[in-house]
Amino acid sequence: MKLLKLVPDNTNIDFMRWRNLALVLSIIATVASLVLVGVKGLNLGVDFVGGQMIRTTFAQPIDVDQLRSRVGGLGLGDASIQETGGPTTYQLRLPKPEGGEAAANRAASRVRAMLEQQYPGARVDAVETVSGKVSEELALDGALAITLAMLGIAIYIWFRFEWQFGVGALVTLFHDVSMIFGFFAVTQFQVDLNIVAAFLAIVGYSLNDTVVIYDRIRENLRKYRKMGIIPLLNLSLNETLSRTIVTSLSIMLALAMLLIFGPDVIFGLTLAILLGTFIGTYSSIYISAPMLTWLGLKPDSFLQLDEKNIPGPQEA
Amino acid sequence: MLDFPRWKIWAVSLTVAIGILFAIPSLVAGTALGERWPSWLPSARISLGLDLSGGSQLLLEADTADAAKQRLAAMEDTVATELRRGTPRIEIGDISTSGGRLAFMVRDPTKVDAAVERLRTLTQPVGLTGSRDWDVSVVDSTRIVLTPTRSGSAKALKDAMTVARDVVRRRIDPQGTKEVTVINQGDRRILVQVPGVEDPEALKALIGQTARLEFKLVDLTADPEQVAAGRAPPGSQILPLADGTGAMAVKRRVMVSGDQLTDAKQSFDQDGQPVVSITFNSAGARRFGRVTQENVNKPFAIILDEKILSAPNINEPILGGQAQISGGFTIETANQLAISLASGKLPVKLNVIEERTVGPELGKDSIQKGTIASIVATFAVILFMLVTYGRFGVYATVGLIVNALMILGIMAIFGSALTLPGIAGFVLTIGAAVDANVLINERIREEQRRGRKILDAIETGYREASTAIFDANITNVIAAALMWYFGSGPIRGFAVVLMIGILTSVFTAVNFTRMLVALWIRRKRPKVLHI
Repeated sequence: MKLLKLVPDNTNIDFMRWRNLALVLSIIATVASLVLVGVKGLNLGVDFVGGQMIRTTFAQPIDVDQLRSRVGGLGLGDASIQETGGPTTYQLRLPKPEGGEAAANRAASRVRAMLEQQYPGARVDAVETVSGKVSEELALDGALAITLAMLGIAIYIWFRFEWQFGVGALVTLFHDVSMIFGFFAVTQFQVDLNIVAAFLAIVGYSLNDTVVIYDRIRENLRKYRKMGIIPLLNLSLNETLSRTIVTSLSIMLALAMLLIFGPDVIFGLTLAILLGTFIGTYSSIYISAPMLTWLGLKPDSFLQLDEKNIPGPQEA
Repeated sequence: MLDFPRWKIWAVSLTVAIGILFAIPSLVAGTALGERWPSWLPSARISLGLDLSGGSQLLLEADTADAAKQRLAAMEDTVATELRRGTPRIEIGDISTSGGRLAFMVRDPTKVDAAVERLRTLTQPVGLTGSRDWDVSVVDSTRIVLTPTRSGSAKALKDAMTVARDVVRRRIDPQGTKEVTVINQGDRRILVQVPGVEDPEALKALIGQTARLEFKLVDLTADPEQVAAGRAPPGSQILPLADGTGAMAVKRRVMVSGDQLTDAKQSFDQDGQPVVSITFNSAGARRFGRVTQENVNKPFAIILDEKILSAPNINEPILGGQAQISGGFTIETANQLAISLASGKLPVKLNVIEERTVGPELGKDSIQKGTIASIVATFAVILFMLVTYGRFGVYATVGLIVNALMILGIMAIFGSALTLPGIAGFVLTIGAAVDANVLINERIREEQRRGRKILDAIETGYREASTAIFDANITNVIAAALMWYFGSGPIRGFAVVLMIGILTSVFTAVNFTRMLVALWIRRKRPKVLHI
């Protein structure tokens, strides 16, 4: 049987030749992402801003403007209505009613009653009410978890490799996470608690490729002590290229199936992880590896380390 | 490579078999497991998170101001009883509760020290530092001030939250038969999860009532104008009527309280109106009998959570320890009050600060689509592995399937709930699980190209790939651990699946597929390796 070889044997692609161009593009994309987040903002769900969300499925397609005016007629403040996942599934967002818990209950009951009365066969799928206090905590915890995960991984890599690798990992993570934020700013997909899980999964998996490449760079630094740093990076990238492509494709294949066949509710989460895997693969080649040269990694970096750690004959 | 001792083969096979065995109940639908499945085999299924099973989740937070107020009121009672009624009697002035402290004058200055001495015995030590729950001090030589200490308040809150948790559980699930989750979260919160409940209103009505029931005498001497202005005569207080039609002055002293109930049931009075029938314990019954005997033809206020439900006239002494509470109830509200009273009062008022309800349809739909997506994703990855690695792809595939089953099995063993993001975590793990095998296989390919013999190439491939496998997986463990630590419900479900998936995928790649490869080589002694 002839086996599929996505990457031919013994490739010799000069990845590092494009490193400056890639750097410029990445910087532009990262800055653009952050600017977009600042300008367009994120579509934060009730988890992070508080308020009430009602998810409902109608028996048949409905007139959104009519629904909007009917919800507006209840006098519950500025309601926003969004289609999610299909022409009959909608999400209603209400601001947190003044007057505390009792008022929130009444608001949900009134919307429910209106839906049942005006739209026979309508089904309320989910109701979420989050107080301002809880939403602040959730937002803070989410931000903290993502930041700590990035730092934790960078520190781990610093201990396992060298400080340049740790910094390189951190820059790569920052690049990837910024891009995903940019993605949510552009698409205005709702950012809810589940998306925090997506970000953390991206933080874990986008570095997967980076770590494997770093591992090979370290191995080659020990093996080829006379080789220049650029050819050595190119060699390491080429040697691991097949694995990088196969693993990334395998992950993306699985996620694509989830995107197509999976539940609508986790569409945003899945798409974010899928995109994160793609960006992670790019950045492991064009951010993680060249960062090492910019940070001044020398061919003898590990040589010194080895000599420090392994007692020489004079000490014996 | 061939050096795969028999004990290791047994150990690996046994681990895999146990994992799969535990996964089977979760894979078989409903009753299909039936009688053919021996009862000694595991039958636990993976539990579903609320977002998949449907149901309601409430996050409750203690009203700490209310808790402090109640604690102060309780201490006020204790102090009054101890000094005024204890022996020898110490006369004190009215007790002020302003500023969150108790303050009062001791009428006879020579008894201040004795009073302080006796009050000290009422306080409790907190922790091992020697601090006590109340601070007793003397101001201006005749005024005694009791201030709650910080550690005392913290301990009181902690105790109250433990009691509150049990009360909430009794109220939601009086028979103890439902699969409800009621747990303390942090130092002032309680998380309540009730599967299958679509409308949480009834749930909240049950939890929302503190259900502090008190019987007090109506102050008949009070001037209606003064009452309307909110000024109570000394020793009395003004309380609003529950129906919102005004207020009434009642004596401050609690004649009988709900603490002395043994049971409460919804029933009907002679006019067919819903009421709550209560039964006192023997001490409560005696006391209720004595109070009603002494106050025949006077109105008796029934007070629930600082509101007067009704103030019926005592027509005759009530001696049997049974009474009825009326107050314009519907059958439903009477029933809720009965449950609340029977389960005991909440030691602290609880507010709902987060509420999530998922209908059963959405969950069913998610499970169905999630299952299809997981199966399709698994087959897609399997196909990809087969066309890429041939025979070694078969090993990766077997490893992948074993891996998926082991994730399910381990989740069933530990009873960790599968959530909606957990499904995404599962599919992600399926895609990523082959990574370890990919690393190994690519390394074997490479080593072969470098001219190594088959055995040597495989040996080196497994050995050299192991550091990369280890480091690459650690990053995911770090992310998943933080996700678990900071995340709530659904995210934790995702983190758990990721962590279990990382463990099982490393295990299957490094041990299980390696064993398969070793057994194959031992049997066939291949001359060429297509990889």
